[in-house]
Amino acid sequence: MLKKISSLPFQGTPEQEAKLKEVIEKHKDDPGAVMPVLQEAQDIYGYLPIEVQQMIAEGLNVPVDEVYGVATFYSQFALSPKGKYNISVCLGTACYVKGSGNVLNKLTEELGIDAEECTADGLFSLTACRCIGACGLAPVMTVNDDVYGRLTIDEIPGIIKKYKGA
Amino acid sequence: MYRSNVLVCGGTGCTSSHSLLIAEKLKEELAAKGLDKEVNVITTGCFGLCALGPIMVVYPEGSFYSMVKVEDVPEIVEEHLNKGRIVTRLLYQETVEEDTIKSLNKTAFYEKQKRVALRNCGVIDPEKIDDYIANDGYAALGKVLTEMTPEEVIQTMLDSGLRGRGGAGFPTGLKWKFARGNDADQKYVCCNADEGDPGAFMDRSVLEGDPHVVLEAMAIAGYAIGASEGYIYVRAEYPIAVKRLQIAIDQAHEYGLLGKDIFGTGFDFDIHIRLGAGAFVCGEETALMTSIEGKRGEPRPRPPFPAVKGLYRKPTTLNNVETYANIPQIILKGAEWFASMGTEKSKGTKVFALGGKINHTGLVEVPMGTTLRTIIEEIGGGIPNGKKFKAAQTGGPSGGCIPAEHLDIQIDYDNLLAIGSMMGSGGLIVMDETDCMVDIAKFFLEFTVDESCGKCTPCRIGTKRLLEMLEKITKGQGSLEMLDEMEKLCHYIKENSLCGLGQTAPNPVLSTLRYFKDEYIAHVVDKKCPAGVCKDLLEYTIDKSKCIGCGLCSRKCPVGAISVTDYVAPGKKKPAYEIDHSKCIKCGACFDACKFKSIYKG
Repeated sequence: MLKKISSLPFQGTPEQEAKLKEVIEKHKDDPGAVMPVLQEAQDIYGYLPIEVQQMIAEGLNVPVDEVYGVATFYSQFALSPKGKYNISVCLGTACYVKGSGNVLNKLTEELGIDAEECTADGLFSLTACRCIGACGLAPVMTVNDDVYGRLTIDEIPGIIKKYKGA
Repeated sequence: MYRSNVLVCGGTGCTSSHSLLIAEKLKEELAAKGLDKEVNVITTGCFGLCALGPIMVVYPEGSFYSMVKVEDVPEIVEEHLNKGRIVTRLLYQETVEEDTIKSLNKTAFYEKQKRVALRNCGVIDPEKIDDYIANDGYAALGKVLTEMTPEEVIQTMLDSGLRGRGGAGFPTGLKWKFARGNDADQKYVCCNADEGDPGAFMDRSVLEGDPHVVLEAMAIAGYAIGASEGYIYVRAEYPIAVKRLQIAIDQAHEYGLLGKDIFGTGFDFDIHIRLGAGAFVCGEETALMTSIEGKRGEPRPRPPFPAVKGLYRKPTTLNNVETYANIPQIILKGAEWFASMGTEKSKGTKVFALGGKINHTGLVEVPMGTTLRTIIEEIGGGIPNGKKFKAAQTGGPSGGCIPAEHLDIQIDYDNLLAIGSMMGSGGLIVMDETDCMVDIAKFFLEFTVDESCGKCTPCRIGTKRLLEMLEKITKGQGSLEMLDEMEKLCHYIKENSLCGLGQTAPNPVLSTLRYFKDEYIAHVVDKKCPAGVCKDLLEYTIDKSKCIGCGLCSRKCPVGAISVTDYVAPGKKKPAYEIDHSKCIKCGACFDACKFKSIYKG
């Protein structure tokens, strides 16, 4: 899968770095530590800029190419920052046959960005995901932790507006 | 003792429509009325009937409330739980009979099901180990450790005929026997909970509804093969499942059912959770183990098989969640009991995640050998909006589409393979006449192209070329020769790929070519999409004899392709409109806007 790599300058804080160091320390001696550390690092920074990957490589004493290799292999790892509200459209089979492709199209049209991109104001990012397992509610999308099920495309402008005002 | 028990579904489907808020509100209202000592609120796992969520069941009456809203809670508390009057308007209508309510087990959805793997889902509180123990939990582990030798356990598995529920259907007992036969200082037991197949959620429901059953079965497997450590590889996209698994592991430790010297027998077993990070290929056994090791989840060539060199190059046995969910009951009730269900070569039951164009979306568990027709028409309640059945898709991106002519086939591993599909993990997506089979094949190929790990060429490049051909066909640039070429390429990819992902990736194309060839021909020869899905092959036309001339379509058209004519249809007052096909971008805005169904596509 192709990854979009952020060109924004790295803006990590000392607090975040301290947290990351703690995580690395906790996992340092575990076999197979790269994945769990990347997962926790993404929780701290919101994404995995190359600077963070370098810190992890040094901390765990593995080559940075190995960290980068893992970070680019799994779809859950983001190499560019997410918006304040991340909209995720389920493109699993059950949602797809119920029209989630149209939902995604409507969102790209309304937000003016493609999947895996973020709006210029940093408010919204858009991702396509594979099945969150709520097939009974198909088609489904999530905005951060809020789930919207049995969607029709007419509802989308209203949903976006709700978050713009929030 | 409580006089009433209220079960609220806490599975992902129902929590997505706020069932946890409903449970909160219930507790609040009950406390306010002083009923909290009399009525017990239990958050359970999935009931299966997700289409009707959020679900709430009140016992002893067995009232099955469906599509409950937070606002309905005060009424349920006041009328039902306080005054004893069932709120009929919220009941699942099929359970309502004159003067009485029908047992849930007698409804069409549940009557033909047989719950073995799902027996505790929607019954117990998955966050309470005592609930599980009260329902015979950990009794099988006790029996195994105190009364059986590892060889006897393996023999029981062999006799039961249990086959892997992850898709390929390899006999579980045989797997264990191989791993037992290899001596090593350390062996591992793994659980595949990386349910990557889109549209499938059986494993998630077991983990959310009955996490202890997986732990117990893994410990039994550990005893059988001689392992002291286990790993559960679970999707990070399943936060509720991960949380409940962790709670279950902690509780099992507290009760001495995991850890050192279990039941005082000297047997040690511990379980770790590893989170997947969204890679479909990690459902393949060697890729999964590479991923547990923290690396890119790429498969390894076999042999050596995991039973010889698996996780960290040690003998390993890997089973799927649903497979594990069957094991404690096989130990307790015996191999003969299990083998009495199902068909000659496929024993027991299978859980399916019913989805797509079907009335009762949800989870169903049926004996092997049940026909597709029974599942779709009876249990699933048929297809909504009076549409016609077209195909059932099983096996996800590795499976195929089954047409109406095979609806009466008895579902088991071998029958599905014979008709060009496969069992897979159990996703069952129903499609109706408005779904285009070429588009569905393209959808699955987009998925496999995305998810191919790139290690071997036939899969990495072959699937990409296949997708390009499908894209051309859906754009009207295909030819009959292309169909032949595509079929050849499919066989090439199947024969030459390294792992199961590539070996099965062409199945959606092959099965649709086999059963829906006429639809492909319509795309490449007539340049039409009979189902009206492929945009480039569509044409929108206004039926002037029906057009009343309101002009709404013209105002909705984003490119000004619709203009008024001077033709007034008989009986209409205003002139009709028409579409300029050279300007039309086929967005469908006019089609959706027309209230008089005067625009057709085709």
